[in-house]
Amino acid sequence: MSDTALYDIPGPLARRRHRLYGLASTVVILGFVAWVIYLLFDTHQFTAEKWRPFTYVGIQELLLRGLGNTLKAFAYAAVLSLVLGGVLATGRLSAHRPVRWVATLLVEFFRAMPVLVMIFFVFVALKVQPMPALITGLTLYNGSVLAEVFRTGVNSVERGQREAAYSLGMRKTQVMGYVLVPQAVRAMLPTIISQLVVALKDTSLGFLITYEEFLHAGKLIASNLDYGLPFIPVVMVISPIYIGMCMLLSWLATFAAKRQRRSPKTEAVEVAPAEPGTLLPGAGAH
Amino acid sequence: MNVLTDNFSLYGEGLLGTVELTVYASLLALVVGFLMASFRVAPVASLRAFGTVWVAVLRNTPLTLLFFAVLLGLPRFGVVLPFQLFAVLALGCYTSAFICEAVRSGINTVPTGQGEAARSLGMTFGQTLGAVILPQAFRSVIPPVGSTLIALAKNSAIAGSFSVTELLGTYKTLNELGYSIIWTFVWIAVGYLIVTLTISAVFNVLEKRWGVPR
Repeated sequence: MSDTALYDIPGPLARRRHRLYGLASTVVILGFVAWVIYLLFDTHQFTAEKWRPFTYVGIQELLLRGLGNTLKAFAYAAVLSLVLGGVLATGRLSAHRPVRWVATLLVEFFRAMPVLVMIFFVFVALKVQPMPALITGLTLYNGSVLAEVFRTGVNSVERGQREAAYSLGMRKTQVMGYVLVPQAVRAMLPTIISQLVVALKDTSLGFLITYEEFLHAGKLIASNLDYGLPFIPVVMVISPIYIGMCMLLSWLATFAAKRQRRSPKTEAVEVAPAEPGTLLPGAGAH
Repeated sequence: MNVLTDNFSLYGEGLLGTVELTVYASLLALVVGFLMASFRVAPVASLRAFGTVWVAVLRNTPLTLLFFAVLLGLPRFGVVLPFQLFAVLALGCYTSAFICEAVRSGINTVPTGQGEAARSLGMTFGQTLGAVILPQAFRSVIPPVGSTLIALAKNSAIAGSFSVTELLGTYKTLNELGYSIIWTFVWIAVGYLIVTLTISAVFNVLEKRWGVPR
């Protein structure tokens, strides 16, 4: 364990004390959980009436359709933002100054704006359908963040690699395509996947522009008077699925990071984790 | 252009709402984040587990779902608070998970010798963490915490869709009044840029004043 420097390896007395603290905090946490469960029962959240809708095929189909729409938006947004990220990163790494400027401006602007403002702008001002609006907003934001990830990845490949490639007489494009990018992508994989988790989480913003995704389906069920407004049951069904999907993807990122640490192929690169935003827009990556 | 001059008070109210949300939620996130980070390195196993679960769950929860559950769910339990307070709770708890991770990796940047020296002086875990490790970790987590708080300011836009007064929500009123929708959004964007640039300026000053030279 890396953090044992913070306390001595406990002796018998300290172990007993820690056990006491542990017991006390467990009791407090369990007490809180018990209080929540009591509240759930007290406000009649577990009545058959509120849970019956989930046994109906129509309701299940509604939820599945919502989940499908969420995944569809995620798939489009993921692929498109990877493409946009690639294009913008190429622009930022370009040898031509005007191209670099334009790419930098776009990346910095879209990273500094809240995703929701972009989504609403496309949805309200440009009068686009909910799904393309959601995908556009997600693509612009995640594409710009990914562009920064790609750029720092390529820049963090050890200098000798680039120099060696040039001294072999390779052209600019060849150096990029055969030497730098393959090494960078391998090293960046965990960071890219973590950014995709952000995209998956943000698909739920579609709920706010009436895109018929998972949360929207839940809201439809929750506001149904016939089932006694089963709001809490809906949250209890939806959140584990949402959180589970995101955890699965996060776990994949951790797995990739662990694998990468063992791999000799990524020795020449070191990539910092993706940042949620710029500290100083215009100052580039930090 | 006259969208701004005609509706200065409306924009001002929205901007103020966003700033208030950001400040209160930041304070909550910082307090809870530091607390969770110290839980995660504590010698007591159940506190460590609690911190780990807190971070793992909140980091993987879509913020919209959290808003949905907190703002529309808690009232079902008879917890009736102003919407703004609910929004601060949701935003603060969500961001605290990210602050916690930033602080925890900051704790790892403090050389092991510091903790060992503190221990050899006979300091307890609380003293080691509070008087030796965290003050040094604080200096190296200024940039990541700054980025996290900027993300919080941007995330506060979601609150507008749950009937909390904030900047993005002003577009609805202006749209109904018939103003040019493009310009409305331009000024909203400017408002967000003001907020995020202010935060990054503050953190640049902090970084200059306290940061570790690297």
